[in-house]
Amino acid sequence: MPKFEYAPAPESRAIVSLRESYGLFINGQFTPSADGRAFKTISPATEEVLAEVAEAGPADVDRAVTAARTAYERTWSVLPPKERGKYLFRIARIIQERARELAVLESLDNGKPIRESRDVDIPLVAAHFFYHAGWADKLEHAGYGPAPRPLGVAAQVIPWNFPLLMLAWKIAPALACGNTVVLKPAETTPLTALTFAEICRQADLPPGAVNILTGAGETGRALVTHPGVDKVAFTGSTEVGKEIARSCAAVPGKKVTLELGGKAANIVFEDAPVDQAVEGIVNGIFFNQGHVCCAGSRLLVQESVYDQVVASLQRRLATLRLGDPLDKNTDVGAINSAAQLARIRELSEVGEAEGAQRWSPPCELPVKGFWFPPTVFTGVSQAHRIAREEIFGPVLSVLTFRTPAEAVEKANNTPYGLSAGVWTDKGSRILWMASRLRAGVVWANTFNKFDPSSPFGGYKESGYGREGGRHGLEAYLDV
Amino acid sequence: MSAPADTRTITGSSLREFLHGLPSVDQVGAEARAAMLSSRSIKTTAKQWALDAAISMIDLTTLEGQDTPGKVRAICAKAKRPDPADPTAPQVAAVCVYPDLAHLAAAEVKGTGIHVASVATAFPSGRTSLEVKLADATYAIESGADEVDMVIDRGAFLAGDYQLVYDEIAAVREVVAGPAGTAGQVGRAHLKVILETGELVTLDNVRRASWLAMLAGADFIKTSTGKVAPAATLPVTLVMLEAVRDFLAAHGRQVGVKPAGGIRTAKDAIRYLVLVNETAGEDWLDPRWFRFGASSLLNDLLMQRTKLATGRYSGSDYFTLD
Amino acid sequence: MSDTATARLAVRKTYKLYIGGAFPRSESGRSYVVTDHKGGFLANAAMASRKDARDAVVAARKAFAAWSAATAYNRGQVLYRVAELLEGRRLQFTAEVRSAEGLGARQAEAVVDAAIDRWVWYAGWADKIAQVRGASNPVAGPFFNFSLPEPTGVVAVIAPDASSLLGFVSVVAPAVVTGNTVVALASERFPLPAVSLTEVLATSDVPGGVINVLTGRTAEVAPWLASHMDVNAIDLTGAPDSLADDLAVAAAENLKRVVRPGDDDWTQPPGLKRMLAYLETKTVWHPVGI
Repeated sequence: MPKFEYAPAPESRAIVSLRESYGLFINGQFTPSADGRAFKTISPATEEVLAEVAEAGPADVDRAVTAARTAYERTWSVLPPKERGKYLFRIARIIQERARELAVLESLDNGKPIRESRDVDIPLVAAHFFYHAGWADKLEHAGYGPAPRPLGVAAQVIPWNFPLLMLAWKIAPALACGNTVVLKPAETTPLTALTFAEICRQADLPPGAVNILTGAGETGRALVTHPGVDKVAFTGSTEVGKEIARSCAAVPGKKVTLELGGKAANIVFEDAPVDQAVEGIVNGIFFNQGHVCCAGSRLLVQESVYDQVVASLQRRLATLRLGDPLDKNTDVGAINSAAQLARIRELSEVGEAEGAQRWSPPCELPVKGFWFPPTVFTGVSQAHRIAREEIFGPVLSVLTFRTPAEAVEKANNTPYGLSAGVWTDKGSRILWMASRLRAGVVWANTFNKFDPSSPFGGYKESGYGREGGRHGLEAYLDV
Repeated sequence: MSAPADTRTITGSSLREFLHGLPSVDQVGAEARAAMLSSRSIKTTAKQWALDAAISMIDLTTLEGQDTPGKVRAICAKAKRPDPADPTAPQVAAVCVYPDLAHLAAAEVKGTGIHVASVATAFPSGRTSLEVKLADATYAIESGADEVDMVIDRGAFLAGDYQLVYDEIAAVREVVAGPAGTAGQVGRAHLKVILETGELVTLDNVRRASWLAMLAGADFIKTSTGKVAPAATLPVTLVMLEAVRDFLAAHGRQVGVKPAGGIRTAKDAIRYLVLVNETAGEDWLDPRWFRFGASSLLNDLLMQRTKLATGRYSGSDYFTLD
Repeated sequence: MSDTATARLAVRKTYKLYIGGAFPRSESGRSYVVTDHKGGFLANAAMASRKDARDAVVAARKAFAAWSAATAYNRGQVLYRVAELLEGRRLQFTAEVRSAEGLGARQAEAVVDAAIDRWVWYAGWADKIAQVRGASNPVAGPFFNFSLPEPTGVVAVIAPDASSLLGFVSVVAPAVVTGNTVVALASERFPLPAVSLTEVLATSDVPGGVINVLTGRTAEVAPWLASHMDVNAIDLTGAPDSLADDLAVAAAENLKRVVRPGDDDWTQPPGLKRMLAYLETKTVWHPVGI
């Protein structure tokens, strides 16, 4: 019995008023799907059904794209840019006003700890809208020429790991640049996107500028292949990303950006600020239960400090608190779905079979829901599957290196190239490593830091295109 | 990092090399960790435990030029009976006074188990000769203090003369607790070493000064005199807790931590307890190993305690000023 | 008392200076008469002295460290909030601009709308100017080299004479959005809308001292700002031609960055000129090596 046992500190669910069923959001209205199909979304922590959600079929996709096209031609691209910006400022403000409600809803639907949705996800969502609101009437200064034009209708498909934040990353720049959007949230996490649709209504956003189609893979496919779409933006698995790239290859006018998987190396040198490096390792792979494309899932630790770093890491992991996502003291929430849990388990078994040593801190897993304890594999080498394949869960593979060049080689030895971490006290080494790491985001002495002004995106099979910053505008302009 | 084998003979350049070889502290990362731990939500039974624990860890302090015997008697009375309406409230760990009032404090708390801490070594500035500092410490002990809170020579530290700082601490320790190596003496006085982290400024300096004090024989490392701002902060205390954790692992000796100054509310105090819990660990959650240097904190803890017990918010009329 | 309605007497506003987040009268105790476009009495506005100007510069300097260190996001949020409050007072400002400048109702509304939108435009620059003005420079050698814009410090602004609100906003906002603090001397003829703006500033999240506003005689106060050695930049827009040259000469004593009077059309998009005028560029080199 611990001396100082933290009592339950639940965030109240009362702030959220869940509807029994949600329709599609097309042309400013909520409507059922044309064929009446619907599916359920559940809480991954308790497996309770949260709501029923419409499933968009091809007819709905068609209607939404048409609505977006009409809104684009008649309203949105014609509005004076400063007015577009003011709509986005309004949306940003409403998100701030409803911040707690959105955070609770996100944790309910996704399984992530309320502390993360409250302190990281939702503030970043508001920030993305604020930042991009300001670009709407300044595009001539963005470095794309004196009068860059939007593309038209953007089809956007987002994943379940940061539902509302991924929506913000897509919709904010698209609207700011003058495009209209049809967005499909992930099938396991539709609720904050649907609430965002309500927010668009509260902001009096012209109907059709934003359309939200809920559904699964089929809906997404229908959406990105629709001929009326000028731009496709996808965040999700590399597998599906390649499918989209293939299907859009035949349509040269359709611009595509992809933000896909990763297997980032988090590189710790012997002169790293060790206590903060351990925090960085923990944050890198256990933040959001490891459901992060840029997660530091490979720890590359310099062999000379291996024992110390791994011992400190294991000691630190013992203070991680796993449990009810709505408890304010929870650090590690639920795995998003049964399917994802199965995948994590499968790959972890592979890791053991391949000969790596598996370790987890003692952890009580709730009976209902989808849970996986923070897990560390040591004795991993590049040839192991758990060092190459994205697990997308709270599983860290630990490898060693001897020299900076070797660290770079190992870090780059992957088809992915989304992110990397470097921990060292030496500034020149940070810059040397950063210049050689083939990754779109390099975090030095920190990890998992995001900002609307900071471009994010991958090299190689982690995708192409950037989101955020001046660079992120390119995806939504005809340049 | 590996620590030198024989701490008694550590000298000059190897001391400097050791201290400068400690891992650096990334300020942004350390502050972020402290902030995250600050966001822990401590409610109901956990809060109850924490409030009582915090009260039992207070060194109830009066260190003013205008202190009088009357003031010291009042503070001792409060130390023994913090809540006039509730005898179940725990008593504090110690009272903390200037050396010339230590004899009075000792008489007042005799037999209660409450310790008498006296500041010494030309508190708060520490700017005088070693002879005077040792005489000050001796005076405190002879007046009945069983804990001495000394200050390090920050000027020497910042000028890189770690050996001088080390030697002074070791010398005061001998006066206070007997020669080094007699750590297990029953009934001996304890030495707290005040680093004055507000003047050290960087977290790297805090880490180095912590190790320096522990190597020289400190029983406790303490953040501040309370006379300089900033006094205790969560990031500084975090670094000190990491230091005592690592020192125990390297040397097998447990050293206590005392944040002092600027801790005014129960909420603050609970944040510190969370910091201790998740950094050094629950072995430090005990008045033997963790203290708060504070005065007004006590009333806020009592008020929160009363609210938990009665369900009503309280007011300052219901608690004594001293 | 009969129950015939009698005309209700208005409670008139006192128009004071805005220094360090507070509203003092001039230390000189003086005021001057402000009239509407027809010559009718509007108010006795404070007539600032050189000591008020000095105090304002002290307040601006004091506020600079925290304001320039705030995140760009925070500055943008604070300035956007000012626009929210301005919007709420549209009617008040429209009336004030009308009576000052003699504009028709629709014209005055258009001016106020433009002023609010101008403020929003600038607010959105806070977290972007560094990306437009900064750069990493491809030097020949194993060095990482980057240039960053930084605020210059305290900016004195002689606000436009004729455009009492839109012009005022257009010269003050670019200085503060870039992290500088401001001492603004309002139009001598039409000072009242600027003073009402200070009420908005005081009730928004703009920290005291970030924007300070003086009212009074341009010819009396401007030279003290132009020659002040702790002012880093000065916008001479509102200075009459006869005075502007002298002010520029005085400003040269500590090499202030100077914005000369031009023929600004306040209804047009402002461009980057004023923001860039108040930004220094810092270039940093760092070796790249193992």
